[in-house]
Amino acid sequence: MRHLLLSLLLLAAPAFAQDLASVLDANRAQIERPSRQTIAPVIEALAAAGPQAGPVLEAWADRRLGLAGDRFVIVQGDGAVDAVTGTPVPGDVQVLRPNSGVRGVIGAVLVQFQLNDPETTRRAAALDAIARRPDETHLAALRAAAADPDPALAARKARLERLLTIRFDPDPQARIAAIEGFSGDTGADLQAVLNPLLATSRIAAPAIPESANIAAELTLGDDIPEDEAYHLLVASDLAPARLASDAQKQALAAHVVDGAVGGVPVAELSDPARRDAAYDALAEAGLVPPAATAAEAEAALAAHRFADVYTEPNPEITDAARRALRAMALRQGTQQAADLALDALSLASIYFLAAIGLAITFGVMGVINMAHGEFIMMGAYTGYVVQTLIAGRTLSLVVALPAAFIVTFLAGVVLYRLVIRHLVKRPLETLLATFGVSIALQQIAKNIFGTQARPLTAPAWLEGSVGFGEIVSISTIRVAIFVLALLFLGLFLWIMKRTRLGLEVRAVTQYPGMAASMGINPDRIAMLTFGLGSGIAGIAGVAIGLFAKVTSELGSDYIVQSFMTVVVGGVGNIWGTLAGAALIGFLQKGIEVMNPANTLAAQTWMILLIIIFIQFRPRGIMPTRGRAAEA
Amino acid sequence: MLIRKHPSVMIFLALLAVFTIAVTLMSEAYGSGVVPTSTVKTLGKTLCLALAAVAMDLVWGYAGILSLGHMAFFALGGYMIGMWLMYARTGEIVAATLANAPIPPTAEELRQGITSQIFGVVGSADLPLTWSFAGSLPMQLLLVLAVPGLLAFLFGWLAFRSRVNGVYLSILTQAMTLALSLWLFQNDNGFRGNNGLSGLQNIPGLTEVPQSVISIWFLWASALLLAGGYLLATWLTAGKFGSVIRAIRDDETRVRFLGYPVEGYKLTVFTISAMICAAAGALYYPQAGIINPAELAPIASVYLAVWVAIGGRGRLYGAVIGAMVVSLLSSWFTGGRAPALDLGFYRVEWVNWWQVLLGLGFVAVTLFAPRGLSSLMDALAGLRPPRRLGADLGPDVSALREKEAEA
Repeated sequence: MRHLLLSLLLLAAPAFAQDLASVLDANRAQIERPSRQTIAPVIEALAAAGPQAGPVLEAWADRRLGLAGDRFVIVQGDGAVDAVTGTPVPGDVQVLRPNSGVRGVIGAVLVQFQLNDPETTRRAAALDAIARRPDETHLAALRAAAADPDPALAARKARLERLLTIRFDPDPQARIAAIEGFSGDTGADLQAVLNPLLATSRIAAPAIPESANIAAELTLGDDIPEDEAYHLLVASDLAPARLASDAQKQALAAHVVDGAVGGVPVAELSDPARRDAAYDALAEAGLVPPAATAAEAEAALAAHRFADVYTEPNPEITDAARRALRAMALRQGTQQAADLALDALSLASIYFLAAIGLAITFGVMGVINMAHGEFIMMGAYTGYVVQTLIAGRTLSLVVALPAAFIVTFLAGVVLYRLVIRHLVKRPLETLLATFGVSIALQQIAKNIFGTQARPLTAPAWLEGSVGFGEIVSISTIRVAIFVLALLFLGLFLWIMKRTRLGLEVRAVTQYPGMAASMGINPDRIAMLTFGLGSGIAGIAGVAIGLFAKVTSELGSDYIVQSFMTVVVGGVGNIWGTLAGAALIGFLQKGIEVMNPANTLAAQTWMILLIIIFIQFRPRGIMPTRGRAAEA
Repeated sequence: MLIRKHPSVMIFLALLAVFTIAVTLMSEAYGSGVVPTSTVKTLGKTLCLALAAVAMDLVWGYAGILSLGHMAFFALGGYMIGMWLMYARTGEIVAATLANAPIPPTAEELRQGITSQIFGVVGSADLPLTWSFAGSLPMQLLLVLAVPGLLAFLFGWLAFRSRVNGVYLSILTQAMTLALSLWLFQNDNGFRGNNGLSGLQNIPGLTEVPQSVISIWFLWASALLLAGGYLLATWLTAGKFGSVIRAIRDDETRVRFLGYPVEGYKLTVFTISAMICAAAGALYYPQAGIINPAELAPIASVYLAVWVAIGGRGRLYGAVIGAMVVSLLSSWFTGGRAPALDLGFYRVEWVNWWQVLLGLGFVAVTLFAPRGLSSLMDALAGLRPPRRLGADLGPDVSALREKEAEA
């Protein structure tokens, strides 16, 4: 360190102490066969020999410095140039191979040159190198280097200097100040510096030493299992090893004499207590080494204390680091929560899209359509077929949406005319009949399109993602689906509140008999409503197909969730469906956070929560009121 | 008494006995060997499914609760017996391996060996708490009834007391079975995740007995259980209890106002039917040999409803007929043995088209024959359902229609 500072002083001096050639000549023997202990003065002398020395040191560290006769040369590609003059040198080159210790010393000095290099990219590279493998000497180098003319690099350098201060500064106060100076920062580099400060190791001792920086004292059984504690004792040479049952078994097996071990018949050895007795007998006879008994082990455990101890001895620093990390975790948590909310929102809009058609048929007609999932699937396959016919992805998507609507609208109308109209008075049987339709449709799709997943590719402008900050981001497709869901909410409200059809639908929902006597044909209205609900399912299918695989089982993956959405939200109310979708989406994402590795568990808990929720609001979040509620 | 009141019970039991004896006489183990062992197993399994259908008919056909989660109870019963089968069988194998060692194994070592054999697949070294009784057959047999019974009781209690009924209840039962299957799919819940329990056809202690003999024993057991379940269901539905649950099916509110504790009746019938289902499952899965969470998929329970509907709900023999006809047809068509139908322009391979046929057939039955196949029996007996045409006379679904009132 002292040498380094000295060399820096020399570097700053206007006249160089010696020129490069003479330094090289003077230290020829040392340079050819360097050793880590003695090389430092030589390198400093070289460093002091002016800016020319930079490339030489660099070449030396890279094992590109060599000797051609008695001249030092730098190998460049296939040829070599003179280290001092830079002229090409022909002939054989004997390359010098300094060991890694020496190269470390060279590297430390080299940083000086690089940090003060006139070239901006070189200075940036030097900072990168330091950030990658920081080391104690770099701190001094950073502090001593001249102020960087480039403001961005200057900021990076200052940050790096503070990070290194936290790690390497000998003065604890300076380190604490540096840690506290970072408050409000969530950088990964800062975390990488702070985390090692809180590294702990587990110790066992008769009494915890006063000087140790204790993270936590461990109670036997609660914080540390007794087995593990005893292993720790054995590893710290505080207790003899206990006999593992496998080792005991082998020892016993090795000493079977006339069907007995140590006087105990082999047949009795299925009892652990008899095994111990046999082993003790063998140990007394001196045939096997004695092992710690259970009582001894217990006594040893009782006589010792166990603790997690920070590797960093200064408690003030560990406290500061812990505080900083905790604050950081809080900030990150807020950002993650925002990200999660976005995810939940997109999931909710998917459920909303899938359920809205169902809500219409279920809510308006009290008819459960189990084939709803298959209409979603039908929409997705329509999208796929349109895509195979039309090459342009954007155009094919634009065509696919109305095409899916028309196809599923017609399918819905046919289903209504053929089946549902005849079962209006028997809602449970509608459920079963539409289930029959559902398995037939699923199998037909399988027969036509095969079992493998079909791609439905999104246009290029829907790929990629929209991001805010480091953590918060959402894929564009999901944004599009959110927009689509909003669009459909608007469309639905417009149809219901502003059109003749909507008026008639509401009338039929509220009182079919009275509606009929006012000249509305309830059968026609029901058919159109059913078609509308099915058509929306088709469009939802295209949207879902864009991010999920299109298979014949696509619909059945969403059907139970869709029903949940409708049931939780409250039948016959679009706002209820919206609330239901939001509740289920946020609930599912929320549970996933508690147990991120296990999405299955999340779904299980969500369904259980919904079952319990139904207990308290059997008619959903927004129950229908009035005459329609009694139907 | 019961038989005198319901002559159909006698006929049913006689037919079942004839069927069982006929299969036994044609089996490889005790007879001519015309019927291969695999078919005997299929028939035995079908009898168990028929019992599950009887249980379904009890809740749906009689009490009007369309439960779309009954296969969950069926599979749970299978899981409970499967735990013992797998544990005891693995225990035999581990004991045989360890017996060659110079030192006899301790009980702990045996348990360790079994655990690593069973749970090595899912990367777990400890025996889960749920397997605490797996070593004891009487305990597991008790659990076959207790676990599904308790689940049905809890679920039913929660659902019925908050007056969840009709379509809502159906959806909720679907959710229940979905949740349970997702739960079982997780590796760390101690039921071996999607591997399920396997090797259940090997009965511990009966390693020497060939499968052909065991399959016949299971057929007898299934037939006995079906007979027992059928008698129990008949007894339940014949008396006053049966009248009350049928009344609940037809008009729940009215029964409540008459002073009957509707929730109690519904809960009782739901729990009993779940337990019958579980017993059927406990006999089914040793014949199937493997059980995994896919058995609890929501669709399986809907199929159960389909069988009952096709057979004719509200009649116990209807449920049995439906389950046997549909599941045997299903295994015939999907087994590839059905001849393909050549339409000239298209060749109908039944493996691919059976589902379509089933689905459409089901729609047709729902539309045109709400009483299912058992309406054939009615036709034989000269009974005809009333033609319910015209608009309602009263405000309710069950009210007479205009035309009926005239007749």
